[in-house]
Amino acid sequence: MSSSFSPQSFVEHALTTSDADECVVLVRTTASANLRWANNTLTTNGVTRGCEVTVISFVRTAEGTATGSVTGTATLLAQVADLARAADAVARAASPAEDVAPLAGDAVSADWDDAPAATDIGVFGSFAPALGTAFGRAAGAQRVLYGFVSHEVTTTYLGSSTGLRLRHVQPTGHYGVTGKSADLTRSAWVGGATRDFAGIDALALDDELAQRLAWASRRVELPAGRYDTILPPSAVADLMIDAYWSAGARVAHEGQSVYSRRGGGTRIGERIARPGVHLLSDPAYDGLQAAPFVIATTSGNESSVFDNGLPLHRTEWIRDGELAALLQTRHSAAMTGQPLTPAIDNLVLSVDGATGTLDDLVAGTERGLLLTCLWYIREVDTQSLLLTGLTRDGVYLVEDGKVTGAVNNFRFNESPISILDRFTHASATVPSFSREWGEDYFSRTATPALRVPDFNMSSVSQAL
Amino acid sequence: MTGPSSLDPTFTALPYRGLGEAALSRARDLGATHADFRFERVRSQVLSVRDGVLQGASDREDLGFAVRVVHRGAWGFASGVVLTPEEAVRVAGEAIAVAELSATMTPVPVELAAEPTHRDVTWVGPCEIDPFATPLADKAAVLIDWTERLRRGADVDHASAYLLQVHENKYYADTAGTRTTQQRVRVQPGFEAMGTVGDTYDSMASIAPPVARGWEYVAGRPGSGSGAWDWDAELAEVPELLAEKLRAPGVVAGEHDLVIHPSNLWLTIHESIGHATELDRALGYEASYAGTSFATPDQLGTLQYGSPVMNVTGDRTVEHGLASIGYDDEGVEAQSWDLIRDGVLVGYQLDRAMAHAMPELNDGRSNGCAYADSPGHVPIQRMANVSLQPAPDGPSTEELISRVERGLYVVGDKSWSIDMQRFNFQFTGQRFHEIRDGELRGQVRDVAYQATTTDFWGSMEAVGGPQTWVLGGAFNCGKAQPGQVASVSHGCPSALFRGVRILNTTDEAGTR
Repeated sequence: MSSSFSPQSFVEHALTTSDADECVVLVRTTASANLRWANNTLTTNGVTRGCEVTVISFVRTAEGTATGSVTGTATLLAQVADLARAADAVARAASPAEDVAPLAGDAVSADWDDAPAATDIGVFGSFAPALGTAFGRAAGAQRVLYGFVSHEVTTTYLGSSTGLRLRHVQPTGHYGVTGKSADLTRSAWVGGATRDFAGIDALALDDELAQRLAWASRRVELPAGRYDTILPPSAVADLMIDAYWSAGARVAHEGQSVYSRRGGGTRIGERIARPGVHLLSDPAYDGLQAAPFVIATTSGNESSVFDNGLPLHRTEWIRDGELAALLQTRHSAAMTGQPLTPAIDNLVLSVDGATGTLDDLVAGTERGLLLTCLWYIREVDTQSLLLTGLTRDGVYLVEDGKVTGAVNNFRFNESPISILDRFTHASATVPSFSREWGEDYFSRTATPALRVPDFNMSSVSQAL
Repeated sequence: MTGPSSLDPTFTALPYRGLGEAALSRARDLGATHADFRFERVRSQVLSVRDGVLQGASDREDLGFAVRVVHRGAWGFASGVVLTPEEAVRVAGEAIAVAELSATMTPVPVELAAEPTHRDVTWVGPCEIDPFATPLADKAAVLIDWTERLRRGADVDHASAYLLQVHENKYYADTAGTRTTQQRVRVQPGFEAMGTVGDTYDSMASIAPPVARGWEYVAGRPGSGSGAWDWDAELAEVPELLAEKLRAPGVVAGEHDLVIHPSNLWLTIHESIGHATELDRALGYEASYAGTSFATPDQLGTLQYGSPVMNVTGDRTVEHGLASIGYDDEGVEAQSWDLIRDGVLVGYQLDRAMAHAMPELNDGRSNGCAYADSPGHVPIQRMANVSLQPAPDGPSTEELISRVERGLYVVGDKSWSIDMQRFNFQFTGQRFHEIRDGELRGQVRDVAYQATTTDFWGSMEAVGGPQTWVLGGAFNCGKAQPGQVASVSHGCPSALFRGVRILNTTDEAGTR
């Protein structure tokens, strides 16, 4: 970014340029760096920087308030002014909004005047050399490594004509490494989220892959069926994110989701999971810190541009097994008669009294399956939240408390809500990373491992 | 846009040529053996309507440039958004720095297949009415009208509608001398009606495909040559189809013959053929993310992918195709080629690096499948329009149905999932009509079909004629790390499959 760039000046310039009745401006700067590899060699890698400005104009008429939202790349004040004028024009052309509400005002972040945070390729300063060593070591041991590491820092500035001046810095990083035997018949994966890559050791990841590939030296073919199955925290995160994304209050109220009460309204207040189960979001959760205020570039079922800047607080979605809240805008909250509980960019699942680790769950299992992660998860039925997807990169047979071999992959058909009501054992909650959704959408999760007695493996997948 | 052959003057006024020369010169001075510069402006607009109210309208414009180099045998990539020659020079230097780091971990040097130089060429995709020049209020009024018409249906409780529009301009330049300037426009309108009868909730969505056309796709008169979809007919039909679906019995799980309409089959083609014939996947370059492919290069020319009536092409030239272009993001001219001929795997999708890896394919040349979805992303091998060919004198859909004693007629896509080697898949649809003794009966519910790719395509007994062929597709094909999305079309006829496994999804959920 050029040195003349100033997000704060962009906010002020947009607010000055807009002649709408009210205006919200979001400036988001991003810096990112990544390394990608396959077949024990680096492939596509890069660094990027960007600045995106969103101007949301609010125009009041006799019929109501209309909004216009325009987003664009901007590095010059003239571009920002163009965006503001465009947003004003869109608002004037739009019909009145149904989610109209007073804009928040007068909150100011203490660090508002600070410059954007950044990252660059140097964030991999210790990881990259070790990765190079890991390539050589893996090749020598007849292993093939594939993977990706990414680090991105987004700084958000939110300003409004009602006095909001809010700033938030969000660093997001993750790593994922797949190891295969040289004949490509065995596959394993390790991955996780990080904020800064401190302590992420490429050689340690390779060690773990080597151990998992060794587990697979004995291969067992099993048919489709319902199995006592241990879902590690990564797989639980995969499923809970879908449960969270489906928790829109409006669609539930209108009868379209697993959270809808038959006959009308939502299931808030009903028991939907085992007692002791808690699903929550908290912008201040240790290690999973996320934006503490609403950021919405457009309105929809689960977001409202009128809610920009509203503070976010710890929210329990499931409390002691009971559905306690759904994703609410002020508009849907009024529609459903429930408190305002907007979406938050993290998710934590915990079970009262659950202790120990994944290894402890394995040790306590007489015969069952241990998964690594899930893949290509899609919704099949909204009323039951039936999901389908695949196991991937390691399904292990557990016998008498020990991993005794690797099993073929399966397609599953399961509902995460049903799982929360059926599991028999849980470990302590730990930081986790959804393989399916973590890289691109949602990486701030903490979940336990769960043991489910009758997990539905619908068919066998030949994929290795 | 002022006409079907014009580049947008607000794009051509941007300073991309000077930035490109500055970046390429800097990369060359720093020792790059190859460098390319890509300048992009991608404008998009999304409108959403629910129950007669405009719920959200947002405009977006991504503008910036990227420099990619091969230096010391390794890739380097960097991008920027400040449109000055100084910044272009800085970004080129950053790309070189990334390559320097990469070179220490790249034991196999990067090499690109040779490619003819295209000195200064222009390509503009077909578009009669620029959707961005159409007033927002007019577009919103159409969507609002759609939801209000749907809600007149007795069993329709709620209705939604949306419109996605993209206007994409790219300038590409490389150190070999190629210079291309291009423009594409695409639209994806759609709607969904939702209803409840008793304890049963369900929905029915439009089966209109996204297309590389302009606003004429919505506002034109069907049959007038504008390519307009017959929205009136579908809006009239959907409430009744939903009412029937809400009262339909659950399907009996087991093996059924299927006649699959193109509105469903395009997605099965995308997942089980399109991705499986990407050579980068087959060689492991997506192994840790999207996966690999069962269709490995050692099986080229021998893998019996499907039945002998199966012929599939890769094509970046088909008119109105979402992946159609004049030149790809490595300056390679668009092409059309065979992927599967008479049921046998005969080809792959390639970019320049993949073409170098398997020089026996396509005479050692790329077939033009490099694409990046934004100026901030590196070009990777992306899918061409992958299409199943009809039988020249093939049957109508009704004739295919008449050949089925007991089966299902599948229309419209819904959920989809396939494993990481493209073997095991499961798909649902918008509606499943029962077939008995060659005739359509009422709908059945809660249906998914599940199969292994080669078994499924091997069970394809017949493909329909050209009169059944429809160009379907999607805006949102995901691939790569960092993640990128691409638009792609898939044409296909109706087709008849024997003995496909059908699941009852209520049974699968264990809720009955």
